[in-house]
Amino acid sequence: MSLLLAAELPEVGAATGSAGLAWLLVALPAAGALVLFLAGRRADAWGHILGVFTVVAAFVVGVLIFVQTVGLAAAERTREQSLYDWISVAGLHVDFGLRIDPLSLTFVLLITGVGGLIHIYAVGYMAPHGDPNSETGDPSARRRFFAQFNLFITAMLLLVLGNNFVLLYLGWEGVGLASYLLIGFYQGRPSAATAAKKAFLMNRVGDVGLAIAIFILWTQLGTLQYTEVFENVGRIDPNALVAITLLLLLGACGKSGQFPLQAWLPDAMEGPTPVSALIHAATMVTAGVYLVARMNPLYDLTETGQVAVAIIGTITLLIGAIIGCAYDDIKKVLAYSTVSQIGYMFLAVGLGPYGYALGIAHLLAHGFFKAGLFLGAGSVMHAMNDNVDMRHYGGLARVMPITFVTFGLGYLALIGFPPLSGYFTKDAIIEAAFAAPGWQGWTFGLLATIAAGLTAFYMTRLMFMTFFGEKRWKKLTSPDGHAYHPHESPAVMTAPMIVLAIGSVGAGFFLTQGHRLANWLTPSLGELLEREGPLPAATISTLVLVCSAVGVLVAWLAVGRRPTPVERPRHVSLPVRAARRDLYANAINEALIATPGTWLARFLVYVDNRGVDGVVNGTAALLGGSSGRLRRLQTGFVRSYALTMLGGAVLVVAGLLAVRFV
Amino acid sequence: MSPTNYLLLSALLFTIGAVGVLVRRNAIVVFMCIELMLNAVNLSLVTFARLNGQLDGQVMAFFVMVVAAAEVVVGLAIIMSIFRTRRSSSVDDANLLKY
Repeated sequence: MSLLLAAELPEVGAATGSAGLAWLLVALPAAGALVLFLAGRRADAWGHILGVFTVVAAFVVGVLIFVQTVGLAAAERTREQSLYDWISVAGLHVDFGLRIDPLSLTFVLLITGVGGLIHIYAVGYMAPHGDPNSETGDPSARRRFFAQFNLFITAMLLLVLGNNFVLLYLGWEGVGLASYLLIGFYQGRPSAATAAKKAFLMNRVGDVGLAIAIFILWTQLGTLQYTEVFENVGRIDPNALVAITLLLLLGACGKSGQFPLQAWLPDAMEGPTPVSALIHAATMVTAGVYLVARMNPLYDLTETGQVAVAIIGTITLLIGAIIGCAYDDIKKVLAYSTVSQIGYMFLAVGLGPYGYALGIAHLLAHGFFKAGLFLGAGSVMHAMNDNVDMRHYGGLARVMPITFVTFGLGYLALIGFPPLSGYFTKDAIIEAAFAAPGWQGWTFGLLATIAAGLTAFYMTRLMFMTFFGEKRWKKLTSPDGHAYHPHESPAVMTAPMIVLAIGSVGAGFFLTQGHRLANWLTPSLGELLEREGPLPAATISTLVLVCSAVGVLVAWLAVGRRPTPVERPRHVSLPVRAARRDLYANAINEALIATPGTWLARFLVYVDNRGVDGVVNGTAALLGGSSGRLRRLQTGFVRSYALTMLGGAVLVVAGLLAVRFV
Repeated sequence: MSPTNYLLLSALLFTIGAVGVLVRRNAIVVFMCIELMLNAVNLSLVTFARLNGQLDGQVMAFFVMVVAAAEVVVGLAIIMSIFRTRRSSSVDDANLLKY
């Protein structure tokens, strides 16, 4: 096994100048969340303004630090700010410190930038409307929403800024909590409560992996600070290193909705649409990619860990794309698209130094276009009385021109239409995948190319069903009995969509032009390496484009030129049925984990009731029963006692005589 | 005179006493049978003391008599008070302390 040389580690300096403001990044949204949670109904009137302000202010701070950092030499860009000694017990010292380096700054700008836009959008989307007693009319709902949204931003910033594993874990759990709260935001819906629980539980599975990885690291090195861990990676036992990387991968799979823990992400669409856009498309689900990229000194030393990441990514990008083709629920199609796109990012970071920066580039571009797509979907739902079934849409392009254009640009960016974002970032990943050595190159490359074709198919299908064709909603009424009157959303919602659309168009070219992002990230991720693949880059690019074009064409043949039935066709082929059932992911989880778990629990209850309790109760019953019988000897007749005593005395004497004469 | 006869008499008296305690119901008679057993033991104690030529056994017999006297005082008082409340001196009637 040939090990790659670990990238050279940068010097870590102290945070000075604007970087000294880094604590504000976390403190601002935290203060916002605190005020909104504690102020209660008093904050209903202005809560959303505070919520937006804290995130936008954090974005401004992030930009200041970014500008200062760009002015520094590459070697000086990694800095740490130690706020206070968080945990200090024998042998374990955990600093509450922030690591400000190109990687964390990139994420800070993504989280606060895209997050800020989605906050602004949510002001319009979550505005109370309708009956005050209904789900959407509750006057406190928006304030609660912004409190939880700010909590999420705080946790996510802690996750990416923490300079040690414990702080990472704190943020990791924090986003899990915020995600749980926001998925279950519509508390009145049993389906939302179930989805929130499902997300939390499946995340727990991953979190256990992360926790154990941290424990192993601690036993190996006795420190949890990134700087010290990265300096001493060579001292870790190779087997332990493989275990650590695989367990970190498990954690990343849980948080990022990767195979085999992908089933929670589509269900998470029960939350309000801004939640889907922010958490389940742009930021939280990318935490897994961040984790693998951040741990690059560890992954660089183990080929097993890297290949495992790439394999998981490839499986996920394929199943996400397959399932996305079968759904009629606009948000679920986008959710599976997210699963699939994060699969691409995992594939990229699984390629090691050949792909870290490509994965992050796709992550940023995806952050723009997927957030834009989700906000567009939210705008469509807003217009259609929260109906999510695409079979009830149709012909909305004329009715909602701004939504249509912004959504369309996001769509083109996602399917990789040149020269939009996805074309640059996704193609780069596929090219790097083809260049992987041995069997990996063809497998990863071809599967990623096929998935690109599927992506084009399901997104085109979504476009046709939503924005083109017959206006099917004209003949329908919403579940609460109103006719549909679709309308364009207010400016507070369309403005963020326009900004994100601009990002979808330009981000890919801007980031990949002259390896701009890769060079910027070099201090954190090492130099972006390139290797010769079996095919020239132009051939691969053409192949991907042809594949995508075929996907679009098939979508037009199957959906675009025919009228879409309002009722979902029941008699469909086997693959479609499988895809509609999430490729049986839930059934497999149910059969492999849930049902055996239930049986095990029942068995243990039986053992506890009959076995453990049986021994205890049996002993008591035995003693009780036998003493109940023995007490009958106490007859109360003095003469029987006298006989007993005589008998006893005779026995004692007989015993003494026997001992004496034998 | 051989000590065997004293010991045989002692055994006989003890047996009579023991059988009396077991078969008689009247508390006074039971009591007298107990006295009989005690004195049977006294007799054998004195016999062995004489046999060994030491005074230990005789001293022991005096202790037994003192204890017996004290026991008679307490025992008769109990029997009297039981008789006063229950109008019976049968040991089988005083059987309330049981399971």
